[in-house]
Amino acid sequence: MPPIPTVTEPLLSVRDLRVSFRLDEGTVRAVDGVSFDVFPGQVVGIVGESGCGKSVTMRAILQLIDPPGRITSGEILYRQDATPIDLTRLPPRGRSMRDLRGAEIALIPQEPMAAFSPVHTVGSQIIEAIMLHERCGREQARAATVELFRDVGISMPEQRIDAYSWQLSGGLRQRAMIAMALSCKPRLLIADEPTTAIDVTTQAQILALLRELQRKYDTAIIFITHDLGVIAQMANYVVVMYLGRIMEEGPVDEIFHAPLHPYTKALLRSIPSLNSETRTALPVIAGTLPHPFNRPSGCPFHPRCEDIIAGCCATAVPALHTLGPRRAVSCFLHSDAAEPA
Amino acid sequence: MSDVQTIPVAAAVAEERIAVASNWKLVWWRFRRHHLAMISAGLLICLYLVVLCPDFFSTQDPERTDARQAFIPVQMLHLFDDGSLNPWVPSIVGKRNPVTLRMEWTTDPRRRVHVGFFTRGKPYQLFGLFPANIHLLGAVDPGQRIFLLGSDRLGRDQWSRIMHGTQTSMTVGLVAVTLSVIFGVVLGGISGYFGGMIDLVIQRLIELLQSVPTIPIWLALSAALPRDWTPIQVFFAITVILSLIGWTTLAREVRGRFLALREEDFVLAARLAGCGRMRIILRHMVPTFLSHIIATSSLAIPVMIINETSLSFLGLGIRPPAISWGVLLQEAQNIQTLALAPWLLIPGLIVIVAVLAFNLVGDGLRDASDPYSH
Amino acid sequence: MTAPLLDVRGLRKFFPIAKGMMRRVTGQVRAVDDVSFTVREGEALGLVGESGCGKTTTARCILRAIDPTEGQILYRMRDDAIVDLAPMSAADLGPLRKDIQMIFQDPFGSLNPRMTLFDNVGEPLLVHGMRSRRERMDRVAELLRLVGLRPEFMHRFPHAFSGGQRQRIGIARALATGPRLVVADEPVSALDVSVQAQVLNLLLELQTRLGLTFLFVAHDLSVVRHICDRVAVMYVGQLVELAPTDAVFRRPRHPYTAALMRAVPVPDPRVSGADAILKGEVPSPASPPSGCYFHPRCRFAEERCQREAPVLQEVAPGHFARCHFAAQLELGVAQTV
Repeated sequence: MPPIPTVTEPLLSVRDLRVSFRLDEGTVRAVDGVSFDVFPGQVVGIVGESGCGKSVTMRAILQLIDPPGRITSGEILYRQDATPIDLTRLPPRGRSMRDLRGAEIALIPQEPMAAFSPVHTVGSQIIEAIMLHERCGREQARAATVELFRDVGISMPEQRIDAYSWQLSGGLRQRAMIAMALSCKPRLLIADEPTTAIDVTTQAQILALLRELQRKYDTAIIFITHDLGVIAQMANYVVVMYLGRIMEEGPVDEIFHAPLHPYTKALLRSIPSLNSETRTALPVIAGTLPHPFNRPSGCPFHPRCEDIIAGCCATAVPALHTLGPRRAVSCFLHSDAAEPA
Repeated sequence: MSDVQTIPVAAAVAEERIAVASNWKLVWWRFRRHHLAMISAGLLICLYLVVLCPDFFSTQDPERTDARQAFIPVQMLHLFDDGSLNPWVPSIVGKRNPVTLRMEWTTDPRRRVHVGFFTRGKPYQLFGLFPANIHLLGAVDPGQRIFLLGSDRLGRDQWSRIMHGTQTSMTVGLVAVTLSVIFGVVLGGISGYFGGMIDLVIQRLIELLQSVPTIPIWLALSAALPRDWTPIQVFFAITVILSLIGWTTLAREVRGRFLALREEDFVLAARLAGCGRMRIILRHMVPTFLSHIIATSSLAIPVMIINETSLSFLGLGIRPPAISWGVLLQEAQNIQTLALAPWLLIPGLIVIVAVLAFNLVGDGLRDASDPYSH
Repeated sequence: MTAPLLDVRGLRKFFPIAKGMMRRVTGQVRAVDDVSFTVREGEALGLVGESGCGKTTTARCILRAIDPTEGQILYRMRDDAIVDLAPMSAADLGPLRKDIQMIFQDPFGSLNPRMTLFDNVGEPLLVHGMRSRRERMDRVAELLRLVGLRPEFMHRFPHAFSGGQRQRIGIARALATGPRLVVADEPVSALDVSVQAQVLNLLLELQTRLGLTFLFVAHDLSVVRHICDRVAVMYVGQLVELAPTDAVFRRPRHPYTAALMRAVPVPDPRVSGADAILKGEVPSPASPPSGCYFHPRCRFAEERCQREAPVLQEVAPGHFARCHFAAQLELGVAQTV
C-alpha cells in the first residue's frame, strides 16, 4: 500500500469566486461567492438545478468565460508546483493557460458529439493532442492512443481509432471523449454532466469506467451534475449550489444522511426513488426557480424555504459558515454570519 | 402554487410588460438595440419619402436641357450667410479654353446665388393627383438654375435626376421583391407542406431556374421587350423579369422553414388538438416564419436594386427618357467623362449607400426576428 | 368486466432505410415490432425503455401522429362502441382527438411562443366547436386554476414562464377538451429536480380527480414507479415485460428489466450500484440479433436464446415476460440500505 501523505495541500482552491454577466436586461450574478477545495485524487461533486451556476463555475476554472460574462472577484488557486498559481490572473488565451488546459486540467463535456470534429477521425484528434503535449512522434502517439482506447473499454481499438465521431454510438463517443481527456494524464478532470445525454444502462457503464480510471490514475475529478443519484455514486465530497451560491458542502455521506440546509433536505425528499410507494404524493419544494434577473433578496432560497426565519432570511444573505474541516453551510438556522451588505 | 417572491414594484411592472409583449413587440425591442440598423432604417425612410414625391425634392425639371450649361461641377450648398441662416451656392462662371475648346467652369465665391426652402418652381402633380409647384429647395430668383450635384453632358441637373432615379430604382426593388415573396412563399409553402411528388417537381424547377445563367437570360428577356413599349411598361416588365428569377432562393428558405416547423412540438400539438391543415398553416406556421421572411426580403431588395442598375447601365433595362440610377450611371460610361466630370459617379455612391442601408436593416431584422432564441 | 379503453394489437411501425440517388429502400428499421397491450379505463400504464426502444413511436402511433405499418389500435368510445384508430383518415380522427390528448416532453417547444396562454390552451376548445370567446375564457381560467396557475396569466405569452409552469400550461391544454386518454411523453424529464415532484404530484392528483387514463412514456424507472399502476418494458421494438408496478419492482421476470433497475444510480452513497452492470450496447433495430434480442448482453443467456426467439408468456397472473427462463430466474432487485 502506498504511504498516505499526512498533510495534503488542495490541488485546486476556489476562493470567493464571483462571475457576472452584464446583459441589456440587467446584470446576472451567475456565480456569487463560491469557495471549495479539490484535493488530489478526490471526486468533488457539484450538484444543483439549472441556473445554479455549476457550469459557469466550471468554465471559470478553465478560463472559458466569454463576454458579456466576467470574473468580477475571487481566486482560483491551482497547485501545479509548490507555489499555487491564481488562474484568474492568467490571460485566458495566453500560453500558460493553454498549456494548463488539456495537459493539467481536462474537460469531459456533456455532448461529446460537439467536441469532436466531424471531418477528422476520433483517433487523429487524440494523437495530435498527445503529440502536442508529449512532444513525441506520430507512431508513439498512435500506440498510446490505442492503449487509451483499450483503457476506456472500447473494443477493437485499432479499428475504432480510425472511425469518425458520427460513426460511433453515444456510449462509445463518450468513452472516446474520456480517452481524449485522459490523453495527457491530467491531474484534474472536470466532468460536466457527462452522462446526461445517454441512457441508464450506458450511464452505469460510463460511471463505472470513470470510477475505475479515477482509482487507477489517481486523478482529481470535479463532477458536475443535476442528478443526486449520480452524485451519490460518484463523489467523495459534495457542493450543493442554488442560484449562484453554495448552500452547503461536505463529505458525501453527511450530505445524504445528515443534510443541514433546508434546500438539500427538501431536494433529497422530493426525488422519486425505486423504493417509493406507488401512487402517493411526493413531498415538494414549493414555488419555482426564480428567473436570474429576479434574484430574491437575502438568502436566494428563502421564498421557497419551509424553515424561513421571519425578518432575517429575506433581508440578509447568509455567509458560508465553516462548521468543521470540509463542512460548511450558508443558512441562518446554523449560523448568524451574514455576508457584508 | 403561487410565486411568493418579493420583487420590487418597478421590476414587477417591467416583467408584466414583457410577459404580455407580443412577438412583434419583442422583435421591435431587439431591433431597436441595433444602432446601425436603426440609422439605416431612418435613411431608407428618407429614400422612400423621395420615392413618394421626387418632384418636391427636385430643384428643377430633370429633363430640362441646356447645351451651354453642360458639365457644370458640384455647387457646394452653404447654409449660413454672414452668420444667419440664409443658404446660398457660389455662382459659376464659364470660360471656353482656347486650346481645348472646352468649357471650363470656375466658382466665384463673391457672387452668391441664394437658395430658399419651399420655393415655387416647375409645376407638378403631387402623388400624380394634386397640382403643386412647391419644391423643398430652389433658387430664390426663378431665373437662376442651381446645380447642387452638377450637371451632365446635356446640362440637365443631376440632383433632380437622382431624385427621379431614386423613385424608379427603389420601386423596382420593392415591387420585384414583393413579387418574388409571393411566388416564393406560395410555391415554397406548397413544396414544404405537402412534400412528396409536388415537392420534387418544385425543387427540380428551382434547381433548373438556378442553374440557368442569369445575365444571358436577362439579356434575352429584355431584348425581347418590344421597342415601342412605354417606359412604364418596360419598368413593369423589368420587375417581373427580376422577380421570376429571384423567387427561387426565397422558396427554398420557406420550404426549409416549413419542413423544420412540421417537426416542431407545438405544430404536432395543434394537429393533435384537431386543428385543420389551413389553421395549422395560417395560425401556427406562417406567423412563425413571417419575421424571417421579412428579414430575408429586406436582404433581397438590394440585390434587385443592383440587378436593375446593372441592366439599365448596360442599356437593357430601363431606357431613357425614364430615369433610374442605372440610366444615370450610363452617363459615366466612358473614361473621358470620368476624368472631366467625376460628379457623374454620384448615382453610384447613392446605390452603394442604399444597398448598404438595406443590408444593415436586413441584418438587424434577421437578428431580431427570433426573439425566443436565447 | 368491460372492455379495456385501449387495446393495441400487433402494432408494427417500420421505417424504410433509403439509400443512394434513387432513394432505393435497402432495409427496414423495425422501430415497433408486434407490440400488444391493453390499457384499462382509469389506469396509468408506464411504457419504459431506453432511447430507440420504440416507446415514443408506439405512443405516437396510438395518437396517430404517425401512421402505423400494421396492427390494430382498438379504442372504446364513450358509447362503448369499439373503433380501430389505425386505419382511420385524418378527417375521421377529428372528433376523436377530443378524447385522446398528449402531454409533451419539452416545455419550451410544445407551446406556440407567438400565442398567449389563452390562445394556446383555448385552441382545442375553439377547434372542437366552442365558438364563444366568453365561454372559452371561462374554461381556460378554470383549466389554469386546475393546474395551479393564476387565471390572470391568461393574456401572457409563454416566454414569461419557467419550465415547470410551461409544463403546467401544456397539461392544461391537454385537458382542455376533457379527454379520456392522455398520452404523456416523458412529461417530467426536462424539468429541474425541485419542480419535477410538483408536476408528478399534479399529474397524480388530476388523474384521480378527473378519472383519466394515462399512457406514461418514460425512461426514468423511479418516476414510473411513482405514478403507474402497470409497467410495460420495451427493448429493441418489442415488449419484454408487462406487469403491475409492484410486481415488476419486487420481482422482475426479464433480465433486461432487472438490469435496467440496477442501472439507476441510487441517491444514497451507502448503497453501491456497481455490482451488476450490463455489458455492451443496445442493438440497432435495423439489424437485431438472432433469437432473443437481449441474449448478447444477458448474463443468463444459453445456447437456446441465440437460436429461438422467446414469446411473451404469462408467468404469474397479469405478469408477462418475453424470456425462455422467466419462470425460473430469481431476479429480485436487492436495493437495501
